[in-house]
Amino acid sequence: MGWYNKRLAKSIWVFHVSASPCNNCDIEILDLLTPKYDIERFGIRLVGSVRHADVLLLSGVINQKVAPKVRKLYEQAPRPIFVVGIGTCPSGGCCFNDSYNLTPKREDIIPIDLYIPGCPPKPEAMIAGVAKLVEVLNG
Amino acid sequence: MKLSENANQIPVGPFHPLLEEAEYFNLTVEGETVVDIDMDIGWMHRGHEFISEQKTFTQSIFLVERICGICSTSHPLACVHAVEDVDNLEIPERAAYIRTLIGELERIHSHLLWLGLAGHFIGYDTLWMWAWKYREPVLQMFEVISGNRNHYGMMRVGGVARDVDPDRVKALDNILDTVDSKVHMIVKAAMDDPVLKSRLVGVGVLSREDAVAMCAVGPTSRASGVPWDVRKDEPGDAYGMVDFDVIVQNGGGVWDKLVVRLLEILESTRICRQCLEKLKTVKGPILNDVKEISAGEGIGRYEAPRGEVFHYVRTDGSNRAIRHKVRAPSYVNIPTFSASCKGIPIADALITLAAVDPCYCCTERALRVKGEDAGTIDFLTLSREKTERIRREIHG
Repeated sequence: MGWYNKRLAKSIWVFHVSASPCNNCDIEILDLLTPKYDIERFGIRLVGSVRHADVLLLSGVINQKVAPKVRKLYEQAPRPIFVVGIGTCPSGGCCFNDSYNLTPKREDIIPIDLYIPGCPPKPEAMIAGVAKLVEVLNG
Repeated sequence: MKLSENANQIPVGPFHPLLEEAEYFNLTVEGETVVDIDMDIGWMHRGHEFISEQKTFTQSIFLVERICGICSTSHPLACVHAVEDVDNLEIPERAAYIRTLIGELERIHSHLLWLGLAGHFIGYDTLWMWAWKYREPVLQMFEVISGNRNHYGMMRVGGVARDVDPDRVKALDNILDTVDSKVHMIVKAAMDDPVLKSRLVGVGVLSREDAVAMCAVGPTSRASGVPWDVRKDEPGDAYGMVDFDVIVQNGGGVWDKLVVRLLEILESTRICRQCLEKLKTVKGPILNDVKEISAGEGIGRYEAPRGEVFHYVRTDGSNRAIRHKVRAPSYVNIPTFSASCKGIPIADALITLAAVDPCYCCTERALRVKGEDAGTIDFLTLSREKTERIRREIHG
């Protein structure tokens, strides 16, 4: 798929999956679109449907109610699809590991390719993370 | 409810354009008119109250901060108010001003955020980009004060965690000047805009009676003529020592909610300025040493950008709460949809849902529902088309 990935890297379309976050990473993701950071200049675009997406931005610990829907979104996404975990929640569960409502194995529901830790990560960190993904895609 | 023959059901969510978070609405429509609305919540449930009961008071402040990323001062403030209420603890004067400063800065950034999203929903992306561009200096102020753009971690039982460096007060003053001038420009531009006005006046009206009956709080109730504001009714922290007005409008529609929020931004900048002025002169400690919390009950209230946040804490003399109850403003504001959404065209439903600022935010995630003969219905497009229609009528 090397040739395909290289073409993908030119313009990544991302879809945002909020799986029970605290809303902060989501706001910072939206912040990327606004004039200060303006990620569209890198060809990165937030799209309205998961069927158009190359990358899923996942934020939040995944609770039991939202888990089947997140799984469904992941299955509906066209392949190849890369999943970026935004924030501390997908990486380590933040402060919610004691909760009764978490799904035990996050990786079974949606395998994550790249983690961007931080609570919330700064927009610069998110841009750096996606730039690393582009590097990997370019081989 | 029995559906009539012409009624159709439109499911909205859990992943859809209006809501950054996953939420689910089921709209029943007859033709273009919304006749009923049903909600399903719980997609975000993480069991905060349960986790908080296993953490110490200081740890649980960190936790309640993560209830909502936009209200990440309101919840900790209400939480420390509740714990302080158990023993009637006092906080130092300087800490009170820092708390109020942080709280009001949050209100500015939250209202600007809402304004941007509201603009986005009705097809005013310029307003979105503007509002969010000028929200950045506010986040910059947070970074100067606390080191983080969101989730400031400033509150502690008995005071605040970090002092505002006297050298930085000057810098903050300068940034506030920028915010002030830009906010005035946006407020003037938004309130004078004929298209915005005719698009929003009389849309999604929540009557005063409904607002009282449904216990609506915050800008949602103040736009319907109910002058409830915890900052005035029960002034905690430095709110008793600063001068500000409670903004009340009587229309109850989306336009009135917009006006209330815009004018509140101006009030908040006034409060921030007074706090910064006081921080130059008021010296002293910022944190009282609290050795232990005795057994008892306490309640804490704070006026979050969306309305009253309420925390209840019961303690048994140990270092953690044995019961911690949280009531967030959106919890009581969301049911007002059933009053404000009935009988309005579906193109207005989106902005009416967004107008109470139900702690959601937006990406361009359109939901498409198969209609019987109309092909597909796109919520966001419907809303934007109506704005475009009005724009053409006004500008010819």
